[in-house]
Amino acid sequence: MKVSIFSTCVVDLMFPDVGKAMVEVLERCGCETEFPDKQVCCGQPTYNSGYVDESIPAIRNQIDAFEGAEVVVGSAGSCVAMLREYPEIMKDDPIYYPKAVELANKTYEFSQFLYRVLGLKNVGASLDAKATYHRSCHMTRLLDEREAPFVMLDHVKGLEMVPLPHIENCCGFGGTFSVKMPEISEQMVTEKMNDVVDTGAEILISADMGCLMNIGGKLNREGKKIKIMHIAEVLNNQVDLARMDTPKINVKG
Amino acid sequence: MGLKTSEKPLLERLKDSEKDVFMQKAVAKAQDAQWEKREGARDELGNWEQWRELGEQIRQHTIAYLPDYLEQFSDNVAKQGGKVFFAQTAQEAQDYVKRLIIEKQIKKVVKSKSMVTTEVDIDPMLLDLEGVNVMETDLAEFILQMDDWDEPSHIVFPSIHKNREQIRQVFEKKLGYKGDNEPVNLARCAREVMRKFFLEADMGITGCNFAVADSGIINLDTNEGNADLTISVPKTQVVLMGMERIVPTMKEAEVLDNLLARSAVGQTLTTYVTFAGKKAEDESDGPEDFHVVILDNGRSNALGTAFQSVLQCIRCGSCLNVCPVYRHIGGHGYGSIYPGPIGAVLSPVLGGYKQFGELPYASSLCGACTETCPVKIPLHELLIEHRRVMTNELGMQHGFDDFQMKVIGKGTSTPWMFKSAMTFAHAGSAPLSKKKNISVENMYDYGGYIDKGPGMVKGWTDVRDLPRPPKGSENFRSWYKNRQKAGDK
Repeated sequence: MKVSIFSTCVVDLMFPDVGKAMVEVLERCGCETEFPDKQVCCGQPTYNSGYVDESIPAIRNQIDAFEGAEVVVGSAGSCVAMLREYPEIMKDDPIYYPKAVELANKTYEFSQFLYRVLGLKNVGASLDAKATYHRSCHMTRLLDEREAPFVMLDHVKGLEMVPLPHIENCCGFGGTFSVKMPEISEQMVTEKMNDVVDTGAEILISADMGCLMNIGGKLNREGKKIKIMHIAEVLNNQVDLARMDTPKINVKG
Repeated sequence: MGLKTSEKPLLERLKDSEKDVFMQKAVAKAQDAQWEKREGARDELGNWEQWRELGEQIRQHTIAYLPDYLEQFSDNVAKQGGKVFFAQTAQEAQDYVKRLIIEKQIKKVVKSKSMVTTEVDIDPMLLDLEGVNVMETDLAEFILQMDDWDEPSHIVFPSIHKNREQIRQVFEKKLGYKGDNEPVNLARCAREVMRKFFLEADMGITGCNFAVADSGIINLDTNEGNADLTISVPKTQVVLMGMERIVPTMKEAEVLDNLLARSAVGQTLTTYVTFAGKKAEDESDGPEDFHVVILDNGRSNALGTAFQSVLQCIRCGSCLNVCPVYRHIGGHGYGSIYPGPIGAVLSPVLGGYKQFGELPYASSLCGACTETCPVKIPLHELLIEHRRVMTNELGMQHGFDDFQMKVIGKGTSTPWMFKSAMTFAHAGSAPLSKKKNISVENMYDYGGYIDKGPGMVKGWTDVRDLPRPPKGSENFRSWYKNRQKAGDK
């Protein structure tokens, strides 16, 4: 199976280690990877700000970038959820609508792909630490993926997961909201930071770098000691091949 | 007060909210408690998703045939000898009630909780009438009235922003109350004041949860019994309702009452579920004179637009109870009688973008509102739609200007521009980046972080640190490309 990596612009620009980890885990699971160089951004910064007309070129560019891909795996629940929205947004575009449907149907968030498509729970990772998980709103509510990251993390050897209080509440990122409405965003991220600190976790994990950049940025601003990890980095940590599940589908085929 | 509750701009209201630590704690506590109660009450129904779908279908159907159902309801009220008045505006609704009061020489008006009466400013109108006394009889509204008509801050729990000690002080000052701040004692004090007033009242004003079209009666879901007294003691009753607040028959009312009680207060049913209208001949209590004022006041703006689904709302307030923005800014932060996500969608529909255009931006689009809505209004999508109408159609800018947004639009859709941005981001951020004081591991590995950013970055760095991007040669794309070249696959 050939996986086209959808890095997301945030990972592309800021967090290379997340992309690397994603590629290494997927290849370890037997997938071939490729990186379509034309990809940029899912279009949320403009679309969610109401600049829908201005977001259409970004959407078309993403559709073009992944045209012909077998399967697309993205590093962020939010951006993947946006790709799944493309058919609705492009419904009046006779050329791009069918392509948008095709793309939406073959795109998965990273942990979702491992769990639901490859049928994996254990990818052989181990991490000796106490951690908590921030559930991103778009991954949970728009992508409707509430299970995959938790199952995958449960199978990381040595990892003790502690529940995050108010897990249902947004961290205050919200894309341009964080920059345009700092007065509200600050209060939200402050409560989230306090909840994270209260768990006593050494590591904060999530499947959305936007949220982690926000919460991590606040934790750093307040001088809190913690480590931030994307779920791909966790699943790529100290891997023991002998402990790995075998994919449920024929990945090589 | 009306629809707009504050003349202050949003930023000032937000500052007020931020200072109101008590309000924030009270709202957070109420949200957390409601979460468990609500989800528990919903789970009891079995398949909650199917119930939501049924609720959505009922509401969509009713709104699609709204003129027909309103006519049917109006005819049936008239058959029983009641009167229906269609008010286009708040002023018309007010005037109708005012005329009635003057005509009938009403002296004492009791009110049960109703958002619509606040929306059309019934209370100030009543207070202006000489010789007319008014009393809010919902306990929370009564508290607000005693506190010099403080604004409600929630559509179901209007005094959620006050604690029991604040309430005790209000009662002491205004009612000569001498007791402690135990809720039961405070309620007893209010009850004594109210009961006396009730027995002398000659007009009752209520809202309406649902108006039943095929029988011409109204449905009230309450917990305190005050609404039932309001509709049974006074000889004249006025019901104020938004024009969308209608159901075809009792069958649909049953479904919606279930959705409402569970969503609003986490109860299987409210303590009182009342269906009533004009006093029938064989009945001992009830109004002999029965008026229903059906209000448009901007609601028809939504018909036939992307916003039509906002009329599905049954005012359960659960979107307020899950909203992380409401959690921090409280009802008063919104500056509208309808706060929270539903308020941010509804207020601009009713009152226009000039007054309420900022509200759709006061959301992180987390979707908690859409997820909880018992009649499946796509609230967060409607917030985006408001933003789209404002920017793409009306040219109203917010936060960033059109030029900045067009640059973002180009940068996110043009591969070469994005790539050159990636190439220069590291060098470009050099003068802004600090390396020291890194407490968060695995986040600031490419030359530290930025704590004071210019322009569009400022909003970010006002609150939190921004990682410095890696060099072009160290970013993910370069890594992937080099790895391919090296054949390391």
